[in-house]
Order: sequence, then structure tokens, then C-alpha cells
Amino acid sequence: MIPTTYYIVLSALLFTIGALGVLIRRNAIIIFMAIELMLNAANLAFVAFTRMYGIIDGQVFVFFVMTVAAAEVAVGLALIVAIFRTKHNIDIDQLNNLKG
Amino acid sequence: MTTELILFFSLALIAIITGLGLLISKNAIYAALYLVLNFFTIAIFYLLLGGAFIAMAQVSVYAGAIMVLFLFVIMILGAEKLGKSNTVAWQRPVAIILSIILLIEAGYVLFWRTAPVQAAQTLPDGFGGPASIGNVLLNNYLLPFEITSVLLLVAMIGAIVLTHKQKTDKEV
Repeated sequence: MIPTTYYIVLSALLFTIGALGVLIRRNAIIIFMAIELMLNAANLAFVAFTRMYGIIDGQVFVFFVMTVAAAEVAVGLALIVAIFRTKHNIDIDQLNNLKG
Repeated sequence: MTTELILFFSLALIAIITGLGLLISKNAIYAALYLVLNFFTIAIFYLLLGGAFIAMAQVSVYAGAIMVLFLFVIMILGAEKLGKSNTVAWQRPVAIILSIILLIEAGYVLFWRTAPVQAAQTLPDGFGGPASIGNVLLNNYLLPFEITSVLLLVAMIGAIVLTHKQKTDKEV
């Protein structure tokens, strides 16, 4: 039986890697992937605590987080495609003017 | 006990290496493939933690549907690599310092602010299977479940509207 602490430490590490990815990468698609990594880290903590307390509700929340992530990815990638059509670039440092 | 620990640490190493691979890979396709591997390791963690249904949902929804969508968009746009651009010079060191602060805060909350609770040694039969998840989902969480369906519908309509707008603009 692995201690729950190990899972939470791993979850914190993965969340930090995801946050670092959002901060230092310039490609909008990779920033989206880093957000998915952070959501997964939170899910891992949910499932670890579900195992610790022996109640199933945490896994139901993971299910909801997955559906929200799927909706977010669908809308976000549609936005990236729309931006690419007008700017021909998805470098977020280039997308700094509010004029159309 | 020891085999479980060896399995945990090797999987944790793979998860962290693939996360770092996502961070440093120049090509977006490679980053997406690293992330698929990361999702698989997290699915195995769910299996270790007694969440069979969630592990399968992780593989089919994340590694299957979401990452395929990512790979399609990367390939359609042809935006695997970005050209040179003038980034802010101090952005990267500041980001690394802020991430280390975030990690220290998480460690502080974990080790000094929470009382350690021993995990339950035995789980009830069928814990984490489709039957138990469905029972809780459709009894205790029926309203959030229905709202989720509306959310998915709105996301679907939103994606269609966002990708079709350019076409109608050209026709006018």
C-alpha cells in the first residue's frame, strides 16, 4: 500500500510542470496541453484522496473534470483555428494587438 | 509492498520525464505524444488506486479523443514549430522562480498543515467499477450530470460556430 503522500507529491510536481509550461512556452497549442497536464494532476490528487477515505465521490468529480476538459479543448482549439485563419500565427507573443 | 513501490516510482519517473518533455520539446507533435504517454501513466496510477472505470475513461477520453483532436489541429494548421520572435528576456527566469515558489507552497500545505491520515486497507467489493460510479452519479449527482450534457452541447455548438464564422464573412 503506497502512502497517499507520495501521490500528492507527484500531483504537485506535475501541476508545477504544467504551470511552468503555461508560463514559458509561446505556442498556444502547447499552452493548452500544459493546462491539460494541470487538470490531470488535480485529478490524480482527487483519486488518491478517494482511495484514502474509501468514498467514491472523488472519482465522480474526476469524471466531471474530464467532461469539462473535453468541452474546453473543443472550444479552445476552435478558437486557435479561428485565430490562425486571421493572423496566420499562433505565437502568443505576436497576438498583442487588439485591433482586428 | 516493494514491487508496488518499484512500480510507483518507475511510473512517477515516466510521468515527470514526459511532463518535462512536453515543456522542452520544440516540435508540437512530439509534445503531444509525450502528453499521451503521460496520460497513460496517470491511467495506470488510477488502476493502482482502485479506480478501474476512471482509468478506462482516462485512456479513451484523454489519450483517445482529446489528444487526437490536438494532433489533428496541429497537423491541419501546420504550426508544429514557431519562428524566432522577440520574447521578454526576464520571462523565463521569473517563471522558473514562481514555479519553485508554487512547489514550496504546495509542500508546506502538504507537510505542515494537514494531518496525515492512513489509507483504508480494504476497499468494498466493486469499488471504482462502473456499477458503483453509476450508482453515485445518477443518485447523488443527477443535476450536475444533466448540466454536463448541456455543457457538452454548448461546446459542440460553440466549436461549430467559431470555425464556420470566417466562411460566412467571405460570402457577404
